[in-house]
Amino acid sequence: MENKFTVRGLNLYYGDFQALKNINIDIPEHKVTALIGPSGCGKSTFLRTLDRMQDTVEGARVEGQILFDGEDIYRRDCDVIKLRKKVGMVFQSPNPFPKSIYENIVYGPRVHGITEKKKLDEIVERTLKEVALWDETKDRLNDSALGMSGGQQQRLCIARCLAVEPEVILMDEPTSALDPVATAKIEGLMHELSKKYTIVIVTHNMQQAGRISDQTAFFLLGELLEVNPTDKIFSDPDNIKTEEYISGRFG
Amino acid sequence: MELETQKFGTKRSESIRKQTKSKAFFGMIWVVAGITLAVLFLILGFVLVKGVPHITWTFLSQEPEMLGAEGGIFSVIVGTVAVTAMAVVIATPIGVAGAVYFNEYSKGGRVIKVIRFFTEVLAGIPSIIFGLFGFAFFVVYMNMGWSVLAGALTLTLMILPTIIRTTEESLKTVPMSYREGSLSLGATKWYTIKKVVLPCCWGGILTGVILGLGRAIGETAALMFTIGGSLNIPTSVFSSTRTMALHLYMLASEGISDEKTYATAALLIIIVLLINTSATRIGRKMTNGK
Ligand SMILES: Nc1ncnc2c1ncn2[C@@H]1O[C@H](COP(=O)(O)OP(=O)(O)O)[C@@H](O)[C@H]1O
Ligand SMILES: [Mg+2]
Repeated sequence: MENKFTVRGLNLYYGDFQALKNINIDIPEHKVTALIGPSGCGKSTFLRTLDRMQDTVEGARVEGQILFDGEDIYRRDCDVIKLRKKVGMVFQSPNPFPKSIYENIVYGPRVHGITEKKKLDEIVERTLKEVALWDETKDRLNDSALGMSGGQQQRLCIARCLAVEPEVILMDEPTSALDPVATAKIEGLMHELSKKYTIVIVTHNMQQAGRISDQTAFFLLGELLEVNPTDKIFSDPDNIKTEEYISGRFG
Repeated sequence: MELETQKFGTKRSESIRKQTKSKAFFGMIWVVAGITLAVLFLILGFVLVKGVPHITWTFLSQEPEMLGAEGGIFSVIVGTVAVTAMAVVIATPIGVAGAVYFNEYSKGGRVIKVIRFFTEVLAGIPSIIFGLFGFAFFVVYMNMGWSVLAGALTLTLMILPTIIRTTEESLKTVPMSYREGSLSLGATKWYTIKKVVLPCCWGGILTGVILGLGRAIGETAALMFTIGGSLNIPTSVFSSTRTMALHLYMLASEGISDEKTYATAALLIIIVLLINTSATRIGRKMTNGK
């Protein structure tokens, strides 16, 4: 099993505040890795270091090493554009652009130089089918994406992310703003996606982590306390804190 | 028991007092609003009633004769369009670029704070000062003479802060999550601004441009020393010319013709009203029609 990401000795500071402390973790290819922990422990921050979205935050400073397919993404000559093409992100609340459904999906491909109408049409159809949105939207591709329900919007955002053919999908609590039905749909979708993509997902929801992930990482106050196969984490965790968190004693 | 009724009693009278107070307050608001409206209609009505009957096809299409006492104001209309349009055309790209730079690229640097401070100050400077500066710098030092160009550049300086500020306001309303969504797909910052951020802002930018245009059209002091006041149709950007507001000022101050003065004033009011209503409509369409 190949590792998609290898993280070694990662520290992250917001000014003087250290938000991540010496993180070491391997993220295997074509698996779902869940990041859990109480809020404010650094899950989002860690996730955003993986595609260098953290670069956009004023005053954030990174130390250590993150290898993506064996190459250090924090070395000076790393091509961030290429990295972000391969590592897509789905955000906590759905953030489709205020454009049509069609325009949302072709946005990424256009960024990367695809202009041919036929190709773009194909991408739209393929990705909307992949997120099980095609039947609902094929007759109104030119309608505004903002008119869709929250769950549909989030699936559209996943489709938008798939349109640039990423290898990894980072998801930051993608269902926290959705109702249970929409959540169930997205979870089913993740199961499908995990066959083709490597997925890293932050979740607040223990059951969700248990249902969808192969490996789970437990964060607490900026430290990574435990990484183990999800079965093991939920039945026989190594760390007493993990057990306390999972059994709902804090957080 | 007694204490409680007493308390209740005072509470009640207090609430009644509050109600009367708020009634009085609302009454006052109505009176003030009424006065404002009355004044507005008085001014508009006065000028329109005195001026509109003299706005004839001849007035619009003929060139002025005898310093404007006879004939029409065609060349003045052309001059107005030339100067204000040129000012807006120069100020808009600079203003939008400045706002984008302040808001998207230079979060909180010291130089930026200084520049921003000066743009704010610029907005509060009386227009006659702009006129003096325009005369000294554009007309004399840059050797442009009294001209459309010198006037337009002077107006540009004047309306730039307005355009910058309104553009910045609308840039701030664009959710951070749109920018992140675009960046995470591998777009560059500039591409993100061009394709996602700015398209959300056209309505706001248009508002700024219209406000600036309104200020430019009504301006006299800044143009008095910079465009000269020729009544000929301008043939190049170096021609001296005259705008409607300046024409109005000259007609009135030199007592040339009451009739033409009010006709010009009425036309000016109508144009400003037209610009404002159409701008609101376009702005609304742009924001809704996404
Ligand atoms: N932009 C920022 N500037 C300063 N501190 C931040 C910033 N973003 C997050 N933090 C802090 O870093 C810590 C981790 O935040 P985050 O990664 O969002 O946690 P989580 O996603 O686990 O809830 C928190 O204490 C938070 O207050
Ligand atoms: Mg978070």
